[in-house]
Amino acid sequence: MIMNSLLVGLGGFLGAISRYTISQRLNKPIPGFPYGTLTVNLVGAFLLGWIAGGDLAEEGLLFFGVGFMGAFTTFSTLHLESIQLGKPGRWGKTFLYLGLTYTGGILIALLGYLLGTALFSG
Amino acid sequence: MIYWVVGIAGVVGALLRYYIGLWVPASIMWGFPMGTLLVNYIGCFILSWFTIWSTTMKSCPSWIRVGIGTGLIGSFTTFSTFSVEVIKMFEEGLWLMSLVYIMLSLWGGLFLTWSGYTWAIYQQKRTVEE
Repeated sequence: MIMNSLLVGLGGFLGAISRYTISQRLNKPIPGFPYGTLTVNLVGAFLLGWIAGGDLAEEGLLFFGVGFMGAFTTFSTLHLESIQLGKPGRWGKTFLYLGLTYTGGILIALLGYLLGTALFSG
Repeated sequence: MIYWVVGIAGVVGALLRYYIGLWVPASIMWGFPMGTLLVNYIGCFILSWFTIWSTTMKSCPSWIRVGIGTGLIGSFTTFSTFSVEVIKMFEEGLWLMSLVYIMLSLWGGLFLTWSGYTWAIYQQKRTVEE
């Protein structure tokens, strides 16, 4: 339990700092587009898909998967930004942002997963 | 300095998510990832509430705002796990479950974000009236 917590915690430390750094560089202040959050969520979905498709040991899954990718990507910020992007009666940007993240995230995770499976099982 | 704050808050957020995931395993609900949904719901409500609340608190320093908002709650919730859980359902042919999970995450996340915002505004009004 202690070893597992250390792995998840260390991954979370690095994942959070990486997300913060990328968001600082790429996010445009609202009503601009949060390109940074979009980037971390898509890259994270791809990489976690890859990890899930491969055959990483338990320790690797805890560090890279639960810790790093879990903290690198974010759900709460995505939803907060998507509401901040809208105005009563004008929700176009909100649904563009949500649509890009959800559709893109699921498709790119699938791509990562297929690549991971192909590389590790072959 | 701010990087350390974000990193340490990220440790707390990731560990809380990990422990809730152990406490609410997907096996108790026919494989439905209740743990992730719960974590994401809680995070949406608190982040939106905290964002409004901390901007009205003039004494709230920005490192606390970034530490709790971006570091802790940002790391607590996760989008990558959600995406991979969805494609695992695809792989097992659980199409209906995947659709339910996507819709509950999308609309539930929006609803809880809106609720947190509304709650913070309500508290503000009450404080002003008193």
